Amino acid sequence: MSTLLEVSGVTVSFDGFRAINNLSFRIEGAELRAVIGPNGAGKTTFMDIVTGKTRPDSGQVRYGDKSMSLIGMSEAKIAQAGIGRKFQKPTVFEDQTVQANLLMALRKPRGALAVLLYRPDAPDLDRVAELAGEIGLGEHLDRLSGELSHGQKQWLEIGMLLAQDPKLLLVDEPAAGMTPAEREKTTAILVEAARTRAVVVVEHDMEFVRRLNCKVTVLHEGAVLAEGSLDHVTKNQDVIDVYLGR
Amino acid sequence: MHRSFIARNPSILIFLSLLGLFTLGVTVLSEGFGVGVISTSFVKTLGKTLCLCLIAVAMDLIWGYAGILSLGHFAFFGLGGYMIGMWLMYERTRQIVAGALSDGALPPTPEEVQAAIGNQIFGVVGGSDLPLIWTFANSLTVQLALVVLVPGLFALVFGWLAFRARVTGVYLSILTQAMTLGLALYLFQNASGLRGNNGLSGLQNLPGVDLPQSVVSLWFFWASALALGLGYLLAAWLVAGKFGSVIRGIRDNEARVRFLGYSVEGYKLAIFTLTACLAGIAGALYYPQAGIINPAEVAPIASIYLAVWVAIGGRGRLYGAVIGTAFVSLMSSWFTGGQAPDVTLGGYTIKWVDWWLVLLGLSFVAVTLYAPRGIAGALDRLTGNRRRKAS
Repeated sequence: MSTLLEVSGVTVSFDGFRAINNLSFRIEGAELRAVIGPNGAGKTTFMDIVTGKTRPDSGQVRYGDKSMSLIGMSEAKIAQAGIGRKFQKPTVFEDQTVQANLLMALRKPRGALAVLLYRPDAPDLDRVAELAGEIGLGEHLDRLSGELSHGQKQWLEIGMLLAQDPKLLLVDEPAAGMTPAEREKTTAILVEAARTRAVVVVEHDMEFVRRLNCKVTVLHEGAVLAEGSLDHVTKNQDVIDVYLGR
Repeated sequence: MHRSFIARNPSILIFLSLLGLFTLGVTVLSEGFGVGVISTSFVKTLGKTLCLCLIAVAMDLIWGYAGILSLGHFAFFGLGGYMIGMWLMYERTRQIVAGALSDGALPPTPEEVQAAIGNQIFGVVGGSDLPLIWTFANSLTVQLALVVLVPGLFALVFGWLAFRARVTGVYLSILTQAMTLGLALYLFQNASGLRGNNGLSGLQNLPGVDLPQSVVSLWFFWASALALGLGYLLAAWLVAGKFGSVIRGIRDNEARVRFLGYSVEGYKLAIFTLTACLAGIAGALYYPQAGIINPAEVAPIASIYLAVWVAIGGRGRLYGAVIGTAFVSLMSSWFTGGQAPDVTLGGYTIKWVDWWLVLLGLSFVAVTLYAPRGIAGALDRLTGNRRRKAS
């Protein structure tokens, strides 16, 4: 498969501090990738750039078959182009039901008028029910999402991302605060999702990364330090020095 | 999910039935069509209250649902009032002038009539020509359209500038205050073309209608009730479906909605403009019942009161906004109208005309601290309707 996302030579500074320093990164259309790195390595800023929240000072971000530039596009437009993002903290709409959350995320026209006139039809409701089943919330469609447990909220957010049906999924620390059983399920959901799309997982937890069993990119001081299988990068002396050796 | 939004929200039908019963009750008790227990001036007070409830529904949409604390919606209310006021004043003056001029030997030319109207209306601010903005004041249809278009367009331009720059939270509230203050200051000028601080008056008289106020007041009362009913229905429909989901999502986490692919700014602009139009309609029904509109009506404090009413009633629930507004504004006219008995505490007498604002302020603080969901929240607890189903 061809390259889905290519980030090349991107640099971002905040008040003189170089959060991202000449970073290059690429991912294929159906691939699972873990991005690791110590605090301040630029993992979240990297996601901010791809999703349009932060505009880089220099460099290129190209995406999709026609490799269009994402720089300067609004967050909403980038999301519509097929890039989904999961935040570190579970951010579901607590005031609304699981079903309403999923329906909002479901891939449908996003314009105000289309949304105003939208009424969910049977296929939509079936799709929502199916997604809810996949994330273990099949029984909870009518519950307010604020009542869910922490782990369930994480899943609901992943479910909302899947409902968006993105081509590229950016996931920030999906396993934070989860029980071992919940982690296992999260791993399964992500591995399954990566069969048909690109999934980038930012994670601290090495054990979790090992379980994902995928190519790993190590970030340090805003640049790629090493890339390859987990065993490969953990043997890299630079990686051991900055990250693992501490 | 397949049922209509009315079937899913029983509160809509309950509200509409109560509104209908209330309208019928007031009609039966009125002087114009009934036994005369309720005075004409109180019918007007009740009709005006219904208009305030309508702008409160708009406020609840923009603040309670979309989370945008606009402190400037009375600007749109006032603009609506001015637009209908122009026709009322022009047409009535035209009829009076035409009547007076027809006594002469020759029938008056249209120019003479136009000049006399200009003199009548603008003599008070030292002018005699009708300003350009009065071009269509002779047409009820155009002015009725302007009731919606002027506030809508004003909100569209203001909102586009503000939301595009991603102004949010308290900064946006301050900006809306500045907007309504700016409008008030502009209208206060004699050169504004809307008679400066004199405002527009005599609006209670419907041109060409030779019926007593006891009857006309009921017409406006019915129109206000109808507008409130339709406005409520529209608002309930808006928030019931996915559009409601999205705007509540914007209230709770704007960034998340953006990353779902919704253009947050577009939605904010849509709801801001729509509520401005609703406010304009409410104002256009309010001021003919008040009889006069002047720039003080769009002073910043008016929009702050609106926020207080909605907060006390319970934002995020349409009936809450209506209950809060009806309750507080009627209490306000009771206390400030001198009807409330003064309380003597030893050597000091509490005069409610002065102390009402203190009482209102304290209730606002109490509601904010102890009942964040307002009166509607208390109602929900009573009826066991603890959570609002979104779907």
